Amino acid sequence: MSFFSTLAELSAGQSAVIEALSSGRAAMTRLREMGLNPGARVAVIRRAPLGEPLEVSVRGSHLALRLREAGQIRVRLTDVASQGGQA
Amino acid sequence: MSSAASDSGSPPLLAIVGNPNCGKTTLFNALTGLRQKVANYPGVTVEKKVGECFGLHGQRLQLIDLPGAYSLNARSPDEAVLRDVLLGRRSDTRRPDRVVLVLDASNLERNLYLASQVLELGLPTIIALNMVDLANAKGWQIEARVLEEALGVPVVLCQATTGKGLVELKAAMSQSELPLSRWQAVELAEEVRAALLAIRAELALGGMVGQTASLLEPLYLLSDHDPLHAGFRQGQLGQIERGRAKLEQSHPGWEDRLADARYAAIEQLCARVLRRPGQEPVSLTSRLDRWLLHPVFGAVFVLGLLVFLFYLIFKVAEGPMGWIEEGFGSLGQWVSHWLPAGDLRDLLVDGAINGVAGVVVFLPQILILFFFIGLMEDTGYMARLAFLMDRVMSLVGLNGKAFLPFLSSYACAVPGIMATRTIDSPKHRLITILIAPLASCSARLPVYLLLISALMPGEVSVLVKALVLVGLYALGTLGAFVLAWVLNRCILRQVDEAMVLELPSYKMPSLRGILLLVWQRARAFLLRAGTVIFGISILIWAASTYPKHDSADASVRLEHSVAGRVGHFIEPVIRPLGYDWKIGIGLVASFAAREVFVNTMAVVYAVEDNDEDSASLRQRMAQEKRADGSVLYTPGVCLSLLVFYVFAMQCVSTMAIVRRETDSWKWMWVQLAIMSGGAWLLALLTYQVSRWW
Repeated sequence: MSFFSTLAELSAGQSAVIEALSSGRAAMTRLREMGLNPGARVAVIRRAPLGEPLEVSVRGSHLALRLREAGQIRVRLTDVASQGGQA
Repeated sequence: MSSAASDSGSPPLLAIVGNPNCGKTTLFNALTGLRQKVANYPGVTVEKKVGECFGLHGQRLQLIDLPGAYSLNARSPDEAVLRDVLLGRRSDTRRPDRVVLVLDASNLERNLYLASQVLELGLPTIIALNMVDLANAKGWQIEARVLEEALGVPVVLCQATTGKGLVELKAAMSQSELPLSRWQAVELAEEVRAALLAIRAELALGGMVGQTASLLEPLYLLSDHDPLHAGFRQGQLGQIERGRAKLEQSHPGWEDRLADARYAAIEQLCARVLRRPGQEPVSLTSRLDRWLLHPVFGAVFVLGLLVFLFYLIFKVAEGPMGWIEEGFGSLGQWVSHWLPAGDLRDLLVDGAINGVAGVVVFLPQILILFFFIGLMEDTGYMARLAFLMDRVMSLVGLNGKAFLPFLSSYACAVPGIMATRTIDSPKHRLITILIAPLASCSARLPVYLLLISALMPGEVSVLVKALVLVGLYALGTLGAFVLAWVLNRCILRQVDEAMVLELPSYKMPSLRGILLLVWQRARAFLLRAGTVIFGISILIWAASTYPKHDSADASVRLEHSVAGRVGHFIEPVIRPLGYDWKIGIGLVASFAAREVFVNTMAVVYAVEDNDEDSASLRQRMAQEKRADGSVLYTPGVCLSLLVFYVFAMQCVSTMAIVRRETDSWKWMWVQLAIMSGGAWLLALLTYQVSRWW
C-alpha cells in the first residue's frame, strides 16, 4: 500500500520515496543538488524541539529543512515501521 | 595526459576541492603543516589559503585550499570563488594545474555530485577518498578499484585526521603524468547545447568568456545564484541575466533536470562501487544526537555550554585583559619616566601605547571565542546548535547559524562579527553583522552602571537597579530583532534561499587545526582591524589634547581642545535630548569606545582619584546644575543617555571590523547612520516624553 503526502507531513521515523519537487525555484534547485531528487529514498529522523526544522536523511547524508521547503516535496510513503534504514 | 610542470616553470599548483565537512581543510593542514598563508580574495570576503608541500622526490608542490562547496552552480561568494578559480576566471589566482578532489566516503553519493561537475572541467584530478573508517562503521564496503576504473583517475584511500594514506596521496600528486577523467555523468541535451553555444557567442562579444571556452563556462555562469554576484562586474550581470532568462524560457527547469540526471548517473556508479547492508548499524552520531538533540537534554546541554562560554569570555578573559592593561600601563610609566615631558612623550604614552593597548585588549576574548567556535565546528556540534536555534532566529528572518555570532556580541561585537564567517548565506551574514553591535556588549556596562546610579541614588534597592539593567539588555535585543526584521525585507529582497543545513557526523576535533584557526583569526584582526583602531585612537587622543591650553586644570584643557570645541559645536543637536556641551564632550570622546565616557566625564568635572565604582564622579554629577540653576542629571536626562548608549555605535573597533568583514565602506556608514541616527531619535523621544511627567 502506498499513499502520497509531502515531506513536511511525515512524522519522525517514517520513510518515503520522493515523487516530485516544485521546479524552477532557485531554492528548490539547491535541494535537488543536495540529493533530494525524484526517486530518492528519504526518512524523517526528527523535528527540532520547537517543531522546525526537520532532520531528514537522504543518500547517506543528514539535512535539516524548514517546513516551507519540505512542504514542496511530494513523497510516496513506503514503510512506516522502518527507522530510516539506508535512506 | 598532462604534464605536472606548469608553463612558467614555477611549481605546479594543486587545488584542494570538496564539499563542506569532507575533511578538506584537515587534509590541507596535514599536507602543508604550518607552511600556509591566509589572505582574502580581492573583492570578496572569502579566505584564500595557499601553502606548499614536497612531493615524494623532493619536488615543490603549491597547494590552494579552495572554499568548500556543494555545487559549481554558485549560491554564495564561497562557491563563486571555487567556480572562478577552477575555470581560470580570477586574475588574482592562476588556474590550478591539478585538482585533488576530497570525497567523504561515508557520504559518497552527495559528494560525487560536485565531483562529477569538477571531473568534467578537463583538469588532471586525483581523488582522495577520505573518512573510510566512518563508511566502514556504517557497514559499507567501498570498491575503490571499481571507482578508479569508472572515473579513470587515481583514487587514494586516506584518513586525514590520522595521516593514513598521505604518503600514497603525495605519490599520486607528484606523478609527472596524470590522466584526465573519462567519466561524463551527463550529456547536455542537444537543444540546451545549441542554446549555450549561442549564449557563449554573446558572452564572448562582451569579453566575458573566450571564443573557445568550454560550454561549461557559460553553463556555470548562467546558473550563478550567488546573491552578491561575486566575480562579475556590474555590466556583465545584465548579460548573464538575459542569457538565463532566454534559456529558462526555451527550456524551463533545465537546471533541475541536469541535477536529477547527475544523481541518476551517480546512483548507477554507486550501485557498483558501494556495498551497503540492508540494515545499517546505529552510528555513534545517531546515538549522540538522541541526547544532544533531545527536546529536554539537548536544551539543557546548549544552556550549559553557553553559560560556560560566557563564563570564559566574561570572567576568564578578564584576567589576561587586566594584565594587558597593566602591562601597557607600566610601559607607559616607564616611558614617562625616561622621556622628558612634552608632546613626544604625550604622543607615545597617551596616544601610541594607549592605542596599541586598545587593540591588544581584544585578543583574549577573540582567542577564547575562536577556540570554542573551532571546537564546535570541528566536532560537528555547531550545526546542531544551529538546528536547535533555527526556529527562534527564523522569527526575525535569520537562520540558526546566526545564533552564536549574535550571542557572542553580548560579550563584544568585534569577535561576534568575525564569527559571522560561519554563516554561509550572504544575506543572513550581512544582516547579522549589521545587528550584532546592538547586543549590549561588556563595554556598555560601566556606562550603564554609572548612569543607573545617577538615575537612582543610593536608597533605591539593588533589585530595582538590576531590573533596569536587564531592561537595557532587553531593549538592545529588541532593537536588534526589529532591525533584522526590517533589513530582511529591505536588502537583497529578491534572494530565494532555502534553509538547508547539513548535520555532519561527529568527529574528533584536531587541536592543531583549531589552534591554527585561532592564530589566523587573531593575526587577521591585529593586521586588518588593529591598524585602523590604532590610528583612530591616536586621532581621538589628539582631538582631546590639541590645541593646548596652559591651564593646570585638566577640565579647562579639555574644554579648549578640539573635542571640547566639538562638544560645544554639537550642543544644538544634543540639547533636545537634554544634554549640555559637557556631556557633548563625553559623547565625542567616547565615539572610539563607549567605556571612555566614564573617564572623560571624570576629567570634564575635574573629579580627582576616580575610583573603581566612580563614587566621587556620581556625587559630582548629582550636584551638576544647568545655567538656570536646575539639576542637569534629571531622571529624564539619565534615561535619555542610557537609551542613547544602548543604540549608538560609539565603537571604532566595531566599525573597523565591519568594514573588513563586509569588504565595503558602504555598509559601515549605513550601520553607523542607522545606529547613531536611531539612538538620537529614541533618546530624543525618551527625553521629550519624560518632560510630560
